[in-house]
Amino acid sequence: MINRDIVIIGGGPAGLAAAISCYENGNKDIIILERDNSLGGILNQCIHNGFGLHTFKEELTGPEYAARYISQVHALGIDYRLNTMVIDINKDKVISSINETDGLMQIQAKAVILTMGCRERSRGALNIPGYRPAGIFSAGTAQRYVNIEGYMPGRQIVILGSGDIGLIMARRLTLEGALVKMVCEIMPYSGGLKRNIVQCLDDYNIPLRLNHTVTKIYGKERVTGVMVSEVDENRQPILGTEEYVECDTLLLSVGLIPENELSRKALVKINAKTQGPEVDECLSTSIPGIFAAGNVLHVHDLVDYVSMEAALAGKNAVKYVNGLFKPGFSIIIEAKNGVRYTVPGTINPNNAEDITVVRFRTGDVYRDAYLSVYLDDERVTHLKKRILTPGEMEQIIIPKKWFAERPNLQKITIMVEKE
Amino acid sequence: MVYNNNEISVYKGGMVMYDIVIIGAGVVGSSIARVLSKYDLKIAVMDKEADICEQTSKANSGIVHSGYDAHVGSMKAKMNLRGSKMMESLCKDLDIPYRRNGSLVLAFSKTDLPKLEALKDQGDANGVEGLQILSTEEVLLMEPNLSNEVTNALYAPTGGIVDPFKLTIAQAEVACQNGVEFKLKTKVIDVEKHDDYFIIFTDKGEFKTRILVNAAGVYADDVNNQLSAYKLKITPRKGEYCLFDKQVGNIVDKTIFQLPTALGKGVLVTPTPDGNLLVGPTANDIIDKDDISTTAEGLKSVIDRARKSVKQIPMGFVITAFAGLRATEQNGDFVIGEAIDVPNFFNAAGIESPGLTSAPAIGEYLGAMIANRLNAIEKSDYIKTRTDTVRFESLSLADKANLIKENPEYGKIICRCELVTLAQIKDAIHRPLGAKTIDGIKRRTRAGAGRCQGGFCSPRVIEILAKELHLDPREVAKSDSNSVMLIEFDKDSL
Repeated sequence: MINRDIVIIGGGPAGLAAAISCYENGNKDIIILERDNSLGGILNQCIHNGFGLHTFKEELTGPEYAARYISQVHALGIDYRLNTMVIDINKDKVISSINETDGLMQIQAKAVILTMGCRERSRGALNIPGYRPAGIFSAGTAQRYVNIEGYMPGRQIVILGSGDIGLIMARRLTLEGALVKMVCEIMPYSGGLKRNIVQCLDDYNIPLRLNHTVTKIYGKERVTGVMVSEVDENRQPILGTEEYVECDTLLLSVGLIPENELSRKALVKINAKTQGPEVDECLSTSIPGIFAAGNVLHVHDLVDYVSMEAALAGKNAVKYVNGLFKPGFSIIIEAKNGVRYTVPGTINPNNAEDITVVRFRTGDVYRDAYLSVYLDDERVTHLKKRILTPGEMEQIIIPKKWFAERPNLQKITIMVEKE
Repeated sequence: MVYNNNEISVYKGGMVMYDIVIIGAGVVGSSIARVLSKYDLKIAVMDKEADICEQTSKANSGIVHSGYDAHVGSMKAKMNLRGSKMMESLCKDLDIPYRRNGSLVLAFSKTDLPKLEALKDQGDANGVEGLQILSTEEVLLMEPNLSNEVTNALYAPTGGIVDPFKLTIAQAEVACQNGVEFKLKTKVIDVEKHDDYFIIFTDKGEFKTRILVNAAGVYADDVNNQLSAYKLKITPRKGEYCLFDKQVGNIVDKTIFQLPTALGKGVLVTPTPDGNLLVGPTANDIIDKDDISTTAEGLKSVIDRARKSVKQIPMGFVITAFAGLRATEQNGDFVIGEAIDVPNFFNAAGIESPGLTSAPAIGEYLGAMIANRLNAIEKSDYIKTRTDTVRFESLSLADKANLIKENPEYGKIICRCELVTLAQIKDAIHRPLGAKTIDGIKRRTRAGAGRCQGGFCSPRVIEILAKELHLDPREVAKSDSNSVMLIEFDKDSL
């Protein structure tokens, strides 16, 4: 058994930022465990630009953004293991991992930071009827084939779901000579960023069919086509709107699921809405000393926010190891009226930073609405928003001074209001 | 492997003469091949698909039925009972997952109690051991997640679950290691009866055989009807299923049936030997013998009907849906044995449910009959057991550590969801009748069978298949040569 102060599970953007933050906050006894053969996570296959506008004030590609953190990890001499799969974490923070050279490696950690990221929803999760031929890919898998492996998934493409990876892949495949026939989105709005709809679809005349879904897959061996139907307000296909679209490939960009199988093994409490751990203001999970950040916690829209969040988790892991957490009453943050969830879900004022950033997504599109914060029954924030959409993460700043001014505060409510 | 030189087993006009040719490399064909492989005979198994276990055998419930369903005295009853009895020791020999988890048939109204009792009487008459009628309280004590609407249930402690892929593949491997030739991607076009042999015309040439065995699944009527005046008619009866994440695999422990209907055993809810939850099947007679597409109505009906049995069906945890075809013969029973008007032509036709359970028994029954016909002699070097690919995920930490020490490739995880290692995938490729396709790897190792359905591992599986089989990645297919996954960049051809 090896002893380490802090073990970081996953060397993607969240893990890298968490590790650097641990180091900068004074703890060097850290190790990153990464299952892939390089650090950087999914950024390595995101060769498009648009990363780092907030963090570095410039437009980087995914690999460039990752490289800034990786070189810092190298410069600081932070320890990491590649090709290393964590197969178990228990609530006592013993981490079991395996790789080809070390075999089974067990580490007793004082603190753990979960940064495992997320995975794509598969066709099965959608229950799309039809055959099960070759030619159905999740958008991220197709991205890996094109950008890393150097192969095309097909020539005539239909994309189901307008998540960001799907939009990015519509452009990428078009640039590589494929015909992207349409992007179908079952919802009346896109799940992706506005800028991606403009830059990846509109600029290439790729139609975005809102309120449309794929209702059947054809082709016994390889995809030969799909049936596309319009859906009603209950997202049920409308009879008579079926359109057969010939294609050899169906790409799915239908949502991301935080990968919390390990968190569950450690008995970390999972939030049903985010599919990620429930965390407090320090990004501490229900198991003391286990922290979470990045897409394993909730699916982000921009990597910059992942890095910021992970840095906070790193800082707090160091604080935890140093025994600096103060007990205290936790104020509940309630998500209401169109706010689907909040991260964090509670704030203990004794451990809160000067400002706490509360991140969340709305459950629907709202135009010219207000984002409001109530401290118990008192409205303290009333922000006019031209548009709120589920595709973009929102945030609210909670300054610490609010708590000092209101020692009996029980609940913070964040909601969308019409006026 | 040395064959005895049966006088006829020589080349005649360029055509190989076999003692036995089995058409169909599903679970039935593989069972028959395994049993006959212990004799000194020249045997071939032919299948149109690129792998064994490609049709009905790959898409069914994976249930070892206890045997109360089949009519007393029927071939189904006989084979079911025998198969159920054989299964445990056979699975031990084959080193494959099997669990006797028991089954329950639920009734939802007191007026159904007589039907349940009739089922029990039929089971008792068939020789099923330990059948018991339970009250609501007893049922819910056993399975707390079942619906409160349950009024009674028939409990069959001998019911079990088995991995249907492994039951097929493992038996084929045993046959193969004992010298049976597997001619895959070989489509039988025609069969012709001669005085003391048959000629089989295939897309890969012609073959002669003294004994012909028909285990052609939904196509078994086509084969039979070319030779026999006693025509069969097999209707594909489609069954659709939903498979759920292992996280919800323990909602039920036993296999949960509802009272059977005219079309079959109804929708069941069961754990699988690997810990998933399986719900299905529907039962719809169709025409196209290759139509294994799922339908919106079918999947909805599966879930609606399963909701009757179980309090909550965790729809958020569905990982895939699939459909399979039962080979339903019009007379309702298995057709097993020598055709009355065609000596040396043996049918294993109409093998619908409980076909998986019955397969080992059908192998034993027909095997004995055919060996007797040929006066076959048992080989001295027959090997009845085989070792499965390591199931890494289920090993203890210490066993995992030791294995990696022996072979570091057990330390390289390829499939994250099911914890499948490089060593397992290479073993699946290089063992007898090894995997050549992505689906073949999935069925042998479970790589790609988990919650992400190959999202993460399929690029790596393609890479490993290409490397080990000396293929270009663009030649690696999902299931056959028309199901390739990747193509080249347009720029490559510039």
